Amino acid sequence: MLINDGIITREELATVLPTDERFKKGPVAIIECMQDIPCDPCVSACPSKAISMKSGITDRPKLDAARCIGCGLCVPRCPGLAIFVLDMTHAPRSAALSLPYEMQPVPKIGQVVKGLDRSGKAVCEAKVLKVMSAKKFDKTHVVTIEIPKDRALDVRAIRLA
Amino acid sequence: MSRKTEILVVGGGPAGLSAAIVAAQLGSKVLLVDDNPNLGGQLVKQTHRFFGSSARDAGIRGFNIAEQLLEEAAGLKKNLTILLNTSIVGFYGDTEAGLLSPERYEKVTFERVIVCTGAVENSLNFENNDLPGVYGAGAVQTLMNVHGIRPGNRILMVGSGNIGLIVSYQLMQAGVQVVGLVEAMQTIGGYLVHASKIRRMGVPIYTGHTIVSALGTGGVAGAKLCRLDEKFQTVPNTEFDVECDCICLAVGLSPLIELFQQADCKMVHVGELGGLVPLHDVNMRTTNPHVYVAGDASGIEEATTAILGGRVAGARATESIHGESAEAAKVIADASSELRTLRSGSTGERIRWGREKIEKEIAAC
Amino acid sequence: MSLRIGDHPVLSFKKGRKVSFMFEGQKMEGFEGEPIAAALHAAGVRLLRHSPHKHRPRGFFCAIGRCSSCMMEVDGEVNVMTCITPLKEGMVVNRQEGHGVIEP
Repeated sequence: MLINDGIITREELATVLPTDERFKKGPVAIIECMQDIPCDPCVSACPSKAISMKSGITDRPKLDAARCIGCGLCVPRCPGLAIFVLDMTHAPRSAALSLPYEMQPVPKIGQVVKGLDRSGKAVCEAKVLKVMSAKKFDKTHVVTIEIPKDRALDVRAIRLA
Repeated sequence: MSRKTEILVVGGGPAGLSAAIVAAQLGSKVLLVDDNPNLGGQLVKQTHRFFGSSARDAGIRGFNIAEQLLEEAAGLKKNLTILLNTSIVGFYGDTEAGLLSPERYEKVTFERVIVCTGAVENSLNFENNDLPGVYGAGAVQTLMNVHGIRPGNRILMVGSGNIGLIVSYQLMQAGVQVVGLVEAMQTIGGYLVHASKIRRMGVPIYTGHTIVSALGTGGVAGAKLCRLDEKFQTVPNTEFDVECDCICLAVGLSPLIELFQQADCKMVHVGELGGLVPLHDVNMRTTNPHVYVAGDASGIEEATTAILGGRVAGARATESIHGESAEAAKVIADASSELRTLRSGSTGERIRWGREKIEKEIAAC
Repeated sequence: MSLRIGDHPVLSFKKGRKVSFMFEGQKMEGFEGEPIAAALHAAGVRLLRHSPHKHRPRGFFCAIGRCSSCMMEVDGEVNVMTCITPLKEGMVVNRQEGHGVIEP
């Protein structure tokens, strides 16, 4: 359980996961924020206004998956580094996952890294497809990796060699 | 030697800086005193992005917020004088204090004082807890983020509150391996997003565990851990050793309150706020009408609430000298509303309980 | 691995000039202006003194001058809080044994 070990279970994840139909349409954000922390930078980060908090900044953010275009601008803005973008349409057998990265060294495009699940276990190899490092991202890089589709809901971190 | 001011602010961390800035902006003559060579308190060591409202500082890294405050203070030289490397060594009567710096000792007379002395790290009882290499979490942050030095190569973190979780992440950013995080409670104490961040990078989180002893001669070489039950009793036959060269204690902070006791402020013990705090009202005023409080000295919380509490204190202290004003009222209303929002939700429960206790005591006074 | 951080993902560290100082008769190097205890730590020295009664090894704890764990003898003066005292060229730093000795 998340509260005992920091690992989100499949049941907890289901409360924020976009539908299979939405995944078939292209990249979409997954906001893995499970607590009512007073916090709202994700709302203003989204250029498509797809993230909302109805009653105030302690609301858990709600993603309108239909409005979300998977641009990933929310990924570096979340103070909890809890937002990911998943593209299940990337290739027949692999998905593209974008995650926030704040370690040194920053991986390079084409580099093969280890994909880690939520317990830090290396579960697959992952090729780095893209690295976004804008000044306005303030030292949080957005790294996009290619992972097997059956790992798409597990891999949430990378380890360089 | 002596000097005179209207509002003396003790401590230049986020609370003191904010109080001094607001008071100076509202027209008071302010003297801000800090015993460090630089302002900013613990805020300058925070490399993580802050939570809260994006209308204020959410998403911005702590040390950048500190830079913003310092810039604001620098623009107020007409009303704001800053003394660094200077300690307040005592209060003499209600309106006089002693200032000690390497160059001189002098007295300052003031009309109001806002004490923002922050907090000190707690230690933890376990065998060999005095071995070199057992450091407080703040010490680890200071070493890493101020001086650019790793506290060790393999660290064991004790405490899963936000400080333990955040400092673990910062250690990994500095290239240090965190061999594990130990928490006595059965659940993680801080924000779960912080826990997930370190868990997915391979840091084991041992909830329901404690540290029995530090191992090593002359310095930390390892630690002995064991399991605890829900009543915090050691579970027999569950001890195991981990290898590490540094043990970091993130087991809470206690407010630094000696000056309030000198000023005869009524004190109250509130566990949820970290221990003994000066009794104070929503205006951040203590039972000594000359003395205000803000920041961790008023109750252990966060930098964002320290900034807002400092703003209220600076505005109220100014009003008590110069009378009410529309600008002061706006500062107070905005800050108070933001404080309410930050303290709402389930993560703010303990703080709300603590603050309610203070309100009850003040009402009974 | 050196304990001094090179590349950091978020911070950059401004250091003063390199200076040398003496520790227990050995020549060591650090950066001018950083706390003595930090310079020693970076050089691999964590044991800063021994406690008065049980002669237990001690290092620093709070690193902000509040706990007195880091006291050492610096340039002949005892009880110097090395976690907040800036390093200067040529300083002579020794472990303090117990309470140290104050010459009248």
